[in-house]
Amino acid sequence: MAAVASDPALELIGIEKSFGPVHANRDVTMAIPKGRIVGVIGENGAGKSTIMKIVYGLHRPDAGEIRVDGLVVTHESPRDAIANGIGMVHQHFMLVESFTVLENIILGAEQGALLKPSLVAARAELLRLAREYGLQVDPDARVGDLPVGDQQRVEILKALYRGARILILDEPTAVLTPQETDQLFRILGALKDKGATILLITHKLREVMAATDLVYVMRAGQVVAERATIATNREELAELMVGRKVRLKLDKAPAQPGAAVLYAEHVGLTGAGGVALLKDISLTLRAGEIVGVAGVSGNGQTELLEVLSGIRAPSSGNIAFGGASITAGHPVDAGKMRALGLSHVPEDRHRYAMCTAFNAAETSVLGRHRDAPFAASGVLDYPAMREHCAALMERYDVRPRRPEQRAVRFSGGNQQKLVIARETAVPPKVLLVGQPTRGVDIGAIEFIHRQLIALRDAGCAILVVSVELDEVMALSDRILVICAGRIVGEVPAAEADEKTLGLMMANIGQGDAA
Amino acid sequence: MNELFAILLPTLSGTLRLATPLMLCAMGGLFSERAGVIDVGLEGKMLAAAFASATIAWATQSGWLGLAGGIGVACVMALLHSLACITYRGNQVVSGVAINILASGLTMVFAVAWFHRGGQTPGLDTALRFMPVLFGQSLLVYVALAGVGATWWLVGRTRFGLRLRAAGEEPAALDAAGLSVAWVRYRALLITGVFTGIAGAYLSIAANANFSREMTAGQGYIALAALIFGKWRPLSAFAACLLFGLLDTLAIRLQGVSIGGVLVPVQLIQALPYILTITLLAGFIGRAVAPKAIGQPYEKAH
Repeated sequence: MAAVASDPALELIGIEKSFGPVHANRDVTMAIPKGRIVGVIGENGAGKSTIMKIVYGLHRPDAGEIRVDGLVVTHESPRDAIANGIGMVHQHFMLVESFTVLENIILGAEQGALLKPSLVAARAELLRLAREYGLQVDPDARVGDLPVGDQQRVEILKALYRGARILILDEPTAVLTPQETDQLFRILGALKDKGATILLITHKLREVMAATDLVYVMRAGQVVAERATIATNREELAELMVGRKVRLKLDKAPAQPGAAVLYAEHVGLTGAGGVALLKDISLTLRAGEIVGVAGVSGNGQTELLEVLSGIRAPSSGNIAFGGASITAGHPVDAGKMRALGLSHVPEDRHRYAMCTAFNAAETSVLGRHRDAPFAASGVLDYPAMREHCAALMERYDVRPRRPEQRAVRFSGGNQQKLVIARETAVPPKVLLVGQPTRGVDIGAIEFIHRQLIALRDAGCAILVVSVELDEVMALSDRILVICAGRIVGEVPAAEADEKTLGLMMANIGQGDAA
Repeated sequence: MNELFAILLPTLSGTLRLATPLMLCAMGGLFSERAGVIDVGLEGKMLAAAFASATIAWATQSGWLGLAGGIGVACVMALLHSLACITYRGNQVVSGVAINILASGLTMVFAVAWFHRGGQTPGLDTALRFMPVLFGQSLLVYVALAGVGATWWLVGRTRFGLRLRAAGEEPAALDAAGLSVAWVRYRALLITGVFTGIAGAYLSIAANANFSREMTAGQGYIALAALIFGKWRPLSAFAACLLFGLLDTLAIRLQGVSIGGVLVPVQLIQALPYILTITLLAGFIGRAVAPKAIGQPYEKAH
């Protein structure tokens, strides 16, 4: 560990924190060396956000000590943390969208009762920071008009303006495109070169390997390992995070495609204002095969799932499934598709797969709540629902196994497992899956992927839509590339590589712009 | 020329007179709503303040104490609203309606119990009232005008205003900056209390010589409409108040006037401000974009 030896900028010693019965942090001890980028990784619920909120004064520790530059500090509120040179870039930006960049920067750090002097001073400081770190932003732009990557820069500038020497970034890349992510890491590198200490909270191993000098791994509220980044690898970190061996590579037998179960022929969809959202889509789903749809987000993937699942009627073309023919003139609703044997795990879990006020038991029967045994003559049978939910939780390893808990209180991975369990409780002929592992931690990703392969092997036809190219490549037997609402190519998974798919996703789209 | 002045001047003067309570209420409401707290209780606060001002001015024989009393009572009601909406995170509309009902009931109960005049308070001598001081307008009219300028400056040009707007748009950002959302909102609502208090006092001890039952007559709601019509901006809301004031003045001045031999129905003219409100709010001027966090109690994540 000689490679990272340096005086600690921030030390955490024996931090304890409980929320009611939940022990979020146990005896957390870390020494964050000055002038380094330190990763703190762990699955959702491992306690990494809690510990950072303690450092930033948003939570009070039950026990333990925080030292900044060797001095013991107590952070009663973010104000104290800011005064001690700690800045935080939250996962959900803490920016006022209707304010300009400058106004956001000075909020809470104004120099006097009048705004003008503060704004003038902030403008000069902003220009200086922009020069020093390559953090270019228009000070007079309305934050709400800026792209997400720029908004994040404003957050970083906000922290720097307050004199932050230690910068905490909570899942900073969750909302960024790959290009924006690269840019962020360049900025962090520049900050590090100027002596700033950076804490990167993430669960993305690739980023930890690419950007950090030192990694702390947390699991179940504790620090389970500390590694110099150069002395570790993704496999080891994944194993430390999850607590058991994780196979990052997905093993699967070659597909045994059977009969075609769903056809889409020349399907088109026209949105509000006559915009063509889908153009001439033809595809076939076969039993026992996973078809992946690759594409840059917003190229018609969402609409494709909506049309195939019966949520929206196609404007043209024909979908043949289970003896039904769905056209613009004869649309079906999602319930009918479900009855025909099509299940759908939607992209937007919270809006389309769950009802936030419902508990897990209720969530586990949504869409089938009128069927026996969950309802008898219009009255819901709660014991039966709970029993059903408990069985699904057992089979899909949903934790905690509490059917009475509100569904939104589960972690993303457990929510997704519950939704997939529900959608496949009655084995479907066709399963549509949008973003199977969005907001899902590594352990659960592996589990979900294996479940999908198992379903395939049991003869289900599966369509997977994901913006994660790795995921599409790992799961699919065949890959369709979608761009500007059109299927622009098809590649057998065995022959697909990131580069050619990437070119298809982007370049052809430009030629097809009209 | 003289004839034109003879029509124009009284119209202008009447507009200003009738717009004053609207201006005060709209500016008061602006502080509350820009901080993220809906205030449908402008009416109630103004009514309670009108009663308190008239009563205290009569009891102490001092218009100034009456004004102070009106402000005090409106502030107490604003604190009640704050407690319900900020500290206990209750529903802001329900709390506002409750304040209106409370004011409507209590003013009547006290007025009847104390004065036995069917809900009226005793008439005040002109010496106790805020009589016209300049260009035929009461001092409180100028206070209201100054209030518009002060609101514009406070909200747009000061640190307090920046934090106030942040509280109404993105309270979490305020929290993350280490500032208390509750404290900003409490102060905003107290200012609302001061403004509505002056509005109430204006009605009962400046424009009139006593308090009478339901004397606010929905002006608190009109002020709220003006605030929304003005897109929560001080100067636009001010203009909206003047417009409503003008329509009210015309309604009075056009009574009994016939246009082209047709007698204009008074009811139609009296309905004009309301018709205008509905037309304008129904999208004629485009969607009014409310402060983003309006109506949402702020709950710290921890």
